[in-house]
Order: sequence, then C-alpha cells, then structure tokens
Amino acid sequence: MPAAEPLLQIERAEKLFGSRRVIDGLDLQICEGEIVSIVGPSGCGKSTLLRIIAGLDRDFGGSVSVLGHSPQLHSRDVGLIFQEPRLLPWLTVAGNVGFSRGRRGRDDPRIRELLEEVGLAEHATAWPKQLSGGMAQRAAIARGLFTQPRLLLLDEPFSAVDAFTRMRLQDLLLSVAAHHGTTLLMITHDISEAIYLSDRVLVLASRPAQLLGEVRVPLPRPRRRTHPMLGTLATDTMALLERTGTTSSSPSHGAESSDEADEATRHSDGEP
Amino acid sequence: MRARLQGLIIPVAGLIAWEAVVRLGLIAPNLLPAPTQLLGTVGELLGTGELLQDIAISCTRVAVGFVIGAGAAILCGAFVGLSRRAEALVDPTVQALRAIPSLAWVPLLLLWLGIDESPKIVLIAIGAFFPVYLNLVSGIHNVDRKLVELGEVYGLAGVRLIWRIFLPAALPYLFVGLRAGLSLAWMFLVAAELIAASSGLGYLLNDGRETGRADLVIVAIVTLALLGKLSDGILSAVQHRSLRWQDAYHNARG
Repeated sequence: MPAAEPLLQIERAEKLFGSRRVIDGLDLQICEGEIVSIVGPSGCGKSTLLRIIAGLDRDFGGSVSVLGHSPQLHSRDVGLIFQEPRLLPWLTVAGNVGFSRGRRGRDDPRIRELLEEVGLAEHATAWPKQLSGGMAQRAAIARGLFTQPRLLLLDEPFSAVDAFTRMRLQDLLLSVAAHHGTTLLMITHDISEAIYLSDRVLVLASRPAQLLGEVRVPLPRPRRRTHPMLGTLATDTMALLERTGTTSSSPSHGAESSDEADEATRHSDGEP
Repeated sequence: MRARLQGLIIPVAGLIAWEAVVRLGLIAPNLLPAPTQLLGTVGELLGTGELLQDIAISCTRVAVGFVIGAGAAILCGAFVGLSRRAEALVDPTVQALRAIPSLAWVPLLLLWLGIDESPKIVLIAIGAFFPVYLNLVSGIHNVDRKLVELGEVYGLAGVRLIWRIFLPAALPYLFVGLRAGLSLAWMFLVAAELIAASSGLGYLLNDGRETGRADLVIVAIVTLALLGKLSDGILSAVQHRSLRWQDAYHNARG
C-alpha cells in the first residue's frame, strides 16, 4: 500500500511531436510499493510517457522526477519491460538476464535465483529462439528485475501472449514484485488486467494525453480473479474510457470524470 | 546420409564415363588424360615436391590478401554503417571504385608494384574487399532499432554499444560477405598468377598450357577446387558455430 515517499513525481508534463501536442499538463504521483496501471485509447501518448520516465525521450516540458532525479538512462533504479521480450538472440537466456553486467554477469548467482523465480531455471543455457512467447517474456521480466530497480515500467507487457499465459504472467509479476518490493507502473489495453493487478488505474484521454480519472482498487492481496468487485470496477473504468474519444479536449470534462472516479471508489468501498 | 550418397551418383558416373571414353580412344589422351593417368601426374608432382610448394605459395597469397582486404572492409564498413557522415563521405567513392572490373587493376598494379608478391596480394585484397564491405554495411543498416534501444536503456553507448549490439546483430551479414570475399580471393589469385608468376597453382595452369600438358592443367584446376571448397568449409564451420543462436530456416532443418 502507498507509503509516504513519492517515487515518481510528474508535474505539468508536456510533449510535442512537431506541432502536435501528445501530452498536455499531465500530473502523476506514484509512491513506493504501489502498483499503478495506465489505460487509454491507442496512440494517446502512454508509451511516450513511459519513454520519458525511462530516460529514452529527453525532449519534454514540465518536470519529471524519479527518486528525486531527472530521468536518466541506465538508472539502476528504473527498469523497463517492453511489449515484446526484446531478448538479444545471440545471448543465452542467462546471458540476457545478466545483460546489464555484461560478461562479468555470466556467473552472477542472482541470474540463477531470478530464473528459478520465473520458472526458467532449466532453460538458462537455451537460446531465445527456443523459447515460447510466454517463456521469452518471463525471461524479459527476470532481466528487468536483475538490476533490482525500485520502479519497474511495463509497456503492454502481456499483450502479445495468449489469454492463459497472460494470467500466469500476471500472477508471476505480482509475486516477484511483492518479493522484491518493486513499484510497478504499467501501460495496458486490457482493463480487467489493469484492475486485477493495480492499486490504482489511471485513465488517460486521447491526444493530448491528460489525466481523465482514476479508479482505486481497494482489494487486499492476493486477489481472486472472480471477485465481483473487479467486474464492477472494470465497468466503471470502461465508462470513463468511453468518454475519452469524444470529450477529451475540454479540461472541465477531465475534472468531472475525476469526480466520477472518486464516486466509483466510494461505491466500491461500500461493498463487502 | 542418403542425400549425400545421392549427390555422388553423377560425379562417379562421370568419372567412369570419362575413363572409358579415353581408354576406348575416342579422345586423344594428350587433350584429356584419363582420371587414372591424372593420379600418376599427381604422384609425380608430389614426388618432386612441386605441387605442395605451389599449394603453399598460393594459400599464403590468398590468406594474406584476404586478411588485408577483409580487414580493411570491416573497418570501412563499420564506419560507413554506423555514421551517416562517414557514409556520405566514403560510400560514393567506394561505389565508384566498385564499378571498375577488378581485373582492370592488374596492368596498373604491375606498373606500380612490379611483378613480385605485392601486386598479387593487392589484387586479391581488392577482390575480397567489396563483398565484405557491402554486406557489413547492409548488415549494420538492418540492425533492429528495438535492440539498439534496449542497449541504450542499459546505458550502452559508443564503442560498447557497437561491440555488444551492432557487431553481434550484423554478424550473419558479415559471414555472408566473408564467404563471398574468400571465393573472390581465390578467383583473383588465379588471375594474378596466370598473368605474372613463377610459382603457385596459377603458374602451374600456365605452365601446363605452354608445355601442352593437359594433365598439369586439370590437376591444378582440381587442386584449386579442393582448396576453395576446404577454405570455404572452414569458414562455414566457424559461421555455424558463431551463429548457432540464429533462428533461421536452415538451422531448423538440420
């Protein structure tokens, strides 16, 4: 549950592609230990936001601070997991997990531990081409955790795998994040995934990206996928999202939607 | 295994037919000696040590020329592939030089470098340069942008980014270039030795023609074929070992 220290603090973030504004005045705060998902229409600037936080995109307005620093590449505190596993095909699974340490990392005992944790211990010496999509993404998760980041960014990490594998990967992510005390910020298109995994789900309007509303998920962990409240909250989120296409440009609508999100939270709190 | 045996049918049948045609007197033996006669020639050349000496000289020339040409190509190709500025500066010149049929260099090389080893080695190096250069440049241009980005996320830049991302990613292309360059190196060796040499397998070819000994010519041809195949086999083995990770149709087959 949220602690006091803000791990990630974004104030009035702005991003222009040419003359097009893709992110506009976005505020976001994430505390240590939180699991937060961002949902929004395709191309609403979510991935751009993640790239900014990861330090891959330095050309933005406003202020972004990760653990009190401006975003930088190869910060050990921030890990990034992509939509595709992006394993380097010429390295073994173990070599990919320990990639950040290069050759010296080959015999690092942490590789073995992480591979065991994600269930790939027997595939340490396999080539990426020998892995299924789900196994490859598990290896990518292990690689993301290898630097022991405090904040792990995930860009639609499970969208390329089948539904069954997705559920297993979600639970795997939750267990390793809990084990390592990692804060998660995830982008997803899958609303039920967002609700099931997160403490908070942020709904973004489409271009330019603005915070349209927030749905809190006050359920204890471990959660049951069949819990009725998950469905209710997914419906609330869907209702917020439905507005994004048509009424995103006016700030007043954004505020209105935030109220609605609060309402949704209160509503949820009332249930057993 | 079965496929290998199948591949032997035509050569073996051809050898038997060849032997028969010569033995039956249908072709004059001085124009086309029978395979068994060629074995005699090989024995004779081995006995005098001439064949082994020619092989050693030719192999040395190919090796030195290939290493120089391929090495220069890897350096140039890496710069041109990685830097737009280097590409704009160097690539048009290289493309223009490529348009010169490489054998057209021979007279100039002879004029400049005399008739000893250097013109032969330079010619072989020129032959090996272009395929290596072209394949490496296109290999680097084809490196997956997403893998480069991954390297950047892990703080790689400059030489370390080249060494850990670009080089391994371009390696399959580099091997294609090296193998093509090696086969051209053998081709240019023969050209160089035919034109001006007093030793080597190309010289043996010329010697056979001048003295009217078809058997010497055929022995030299077969030896060149074997050496070409052997050197390509070595490179191919290194390639397969280095590219085991590749998820390619060819690897899946076998």
